[in-house]
Amino acid sequence: MATEVLMPALSPTMEEGTLAKWLVKEGDTVAAGDILAEIETDKATMEFEAVDEGTIGKILIAEGTEGVKVNTPIAVLVEDGEEVPDSASDTTAAAPAALNGDEGKAPAPANTAPANTAPANTAPAAPRADTSPDWPEGTEMKKQTVREALNAALAEELRRDDTVFLMGEEVAEYEGAYKITQGLLDEFGARRVVDTPITEHGFAGIGVGAAFGGLRPIVEFMTFNFAMQAMDQIINSAAKTLYMSGGQMGCPIVFRGPNGAAARVGAQHSQCYAAWYSHIPGLKVVMPYSAACAKGLLKSAIRDPNPVIFLENEILYGRSFEVPAIEDFTIPFGKARIWREGSDVTIVSFGIGMTYALEAAEKLAADGIEAEVIDLRTLRPMDTDAILASVRKTNRLVTVEEGFPQSSVGNYITSVVMEHAFDWLDAPVINCTGKDVPMPYAANLEKLALVTTDEVVEAVRKVTYR
Amino acid sequence: MAARKSTSKPNVSKDDLLGYYRDMLLIRRFEEKAGQLYGMGLIGGFCHLYIGQEAVVVGLEAAAREGDKRVTSYRDHGHMLACGMDPKGVMAELTGREGGYSRGKGGSMHMFSREKHFYGGHGIVGAQVPIGAGLAFADKYLGTDNVTFTYFGDGAANQGQVYETYNMAMLWDLPVVFVIENNKYAMGTSVQRSTKSPSLWERGAAYGIAGEEVDGMDVLAVKAAGEKAVAHCRAGKGPYILEVMTYRYRGHSMSDPAKYRTRDEVQKMRDERDAIEHVRELLLQGKHATEDDLKAIDKEIKAVVNESAEFAKESPEPALEELWTDIYTDDVPQTA
Repeated sequence: MATEVLMPALSPTMEEGTLAKWLVKEGDTVAAGDILAEIETDKATMEFEAVDEGTIGKILIAEGTEGVKVNTPIAVLVEDGEEVPDSASDTTAAAPAALNGDEGKAPAPANTAPANTAPANTAPAAPRADTSPDWPEGTEMKKQTVREALNAALAEELRRDDTVFLMGEEVAEYEGAYKITQGLLDEFGARRVVDTPITEHGFAGIGVGAAFGGLRPIVEFMTFNFAMQAMDQIINSAAKTLYMSGGQMGCPIVFRGPNGAAARVGAQHSQCYAAWYSHIPGLKVVMPYSAACAKGLLKSAIRDPNPVIFLENEILYGRSFEVPAIEDFTIPFGKARIWREGSDVTIVSFGIGMTYALEAAEKLAADGIEAEVIDLRTLRPMDTDAILASVRKTNRLVTVEEGFPQSSVGNYITSVVMEHAFDWLDAPVINCTGKDVPMPYAANLEKLALVTTDEVVEAVRKVTYR
Repeated sequence: MAARKSTSKPNVSKDDLLGYYRDMLLIRRFEEKAGQLYGMGLIGGFCHLYIGQEAVVVGLEAAAREGDKRVTSYRDHGHMLACGMDPKGVMAELTGREGGYSRGKGGSMHMFSREKHFYGGHGIVGAQVPIGAGLAFADKYLGTDNVTFTYFGDGAANQGQVYETYNMAMLWDLPVVFVIENNKYAMGTSVQRSTKSPSLWERGAAYGIAGEEVDGMDVLAVKAAGEKAVAHCRAGKGPYILEVMTYRYRGHSMSDPAKYRTRDEVQKMRDERDAIEHVRELLLQGKHATEDDLKAIDKEIKAVVNESAEFAKESPEPALEELWTDIYTDDVPQTA
């Protein structure tokens, strides 16, 4: 039976092309793979091969013809001895006949994405913030540093689940560059606590593969500054594979380590990556402030079936907080914590930014301004309801973070508040951030580059007009 | 590439040989059909065909056993068919339909099957290499003796993460076979224009990894090398590198103007070294099959491929709600 040869699409964007040259003539016998013609696309001149065997019965489009639309019949292929049909309607169709003849089967244009299903758009008219406490009243508390709390969380989860293992530079024999993994090699051995060479891109990828293979890796970056070497594995492999696999291939992995500025280590070791990671669908992003949050959230992160970015802070490691003496203490993701209630202004922060937020609130209280201070704890999922509920009460908002100002986490919070609580705002939102400069080394300049308590105080005075 | 020793008698059963013929032919016909559907606009984006390289994956699958894993790059259709994934599901993913392996959300370069231990289908050149070593890490950690076949091309062989992975794979004795599918061209750049290394597998020596070059147009040679590599890994000796010399007949992707090699070069390879023709000759010369037997197989394969194409056209596009699914899994992980 005669078959139409159709003008092919030879690139993702091609809609029409020039039939530059025929390399066969009527009467020629062709086999699959033989080159029939040269076609000029929007990108290049390309050869077009036969996909079936047969004889060129008729050439329908002469060489040199420009603007030939994709799927236009350009020739008729007949079987040996067969007559060339008079009109195209007698042919069977190479291919898209079914499509041309039955519009119902043609792929529908994909410009009809469902509206109003984006998480940001489904925020309820009245935000419902979960303000339940992290532990019951009367729980016995003990003082612990963030370092001790993280170490305890790691040890508890390694004890609980044999598929959990820890890998990274100096995590085992050296017991951690920042001593977070102290004692873990002794208790769990070299199978579960694995020293890696200095090879972030490589071991991040091995971690992702191990997660696909049924383990629950905890990958420590000595600092998140070094994780930029591993960014492709974190984003393209860990975060996107569940989606690209239609839900088959999850990646339960935790990438953790110190993030943000330490002290006097210069531009390459002093960046906050909160905004970077919180940009990515498929990742969960945690940035704890207190020891209790660090412990409860790290345990949740290790149990989470999704890739989690766990951003710690070197300066906070040595700080002490009250930690509940509860066996198996976890904190769910997506639940902010209100550290201080107030009615005059809402200050939203996370991680070390909370230090400035809380200090500022103390100073402001001395002047009779009562700030409500919210610690987001997880940036993705973000407890926007907690922010919106507070802004409805205080009508003013200041955000605090150490990262750079452009495309910051504060910028995103501001957009959410503009969209969902515009009518409750009595002043423009102010984002307090690190300065828009690489971190300088000189002590005085470094101090200037970081966000400060005084800047938060000043921002609150601006939005409260006091 | 060494000249074929057509006189050597293959140490393989008739059924196995027929099986390789069938598997290679399925890949070729499937890919030809995919090219056709691309031309019709039914497949979008990038589409990298495996035509010419069929013996590599079919030979290595012949050396694998249940439980072994495989991971590769974006030129992945052949690998999926060879490990037993359903042609219908693969083709429907190419057309972006609900019936595809990723329900239309992955496309040509991003497909997976836990059931068949196929871990992708990765679109970033070289990224699958540490992932493959990680899969092997998991197997070793869990105490199995499974092996992971980690495929990458001569182009990916210049990515730094490949060597980071070599180092750790050897350091930790990971059971991974690194398969370099050297088809001579990284997109439009020939191996000679991208490195002065005389061979790619020998780079493993810097890390203490053994390896060898293999004739990738001879499925039996590939199988034999694969068996050796797998035995090495299963014995706990760590990774092994196979540089399989092969050739792709088609462009890098569908949109490839093919200015970097001559038509004669491609035609010569097709005429003289075609891997499917080779097995066909072995079958006929050894009187393992008649022309009629092979015609019947051709017909059978054509039917399977046509069925996959029909399925891929008929399967509906994913429901619009699918836009928002599979971003996170099981959102309540907090319970012990």
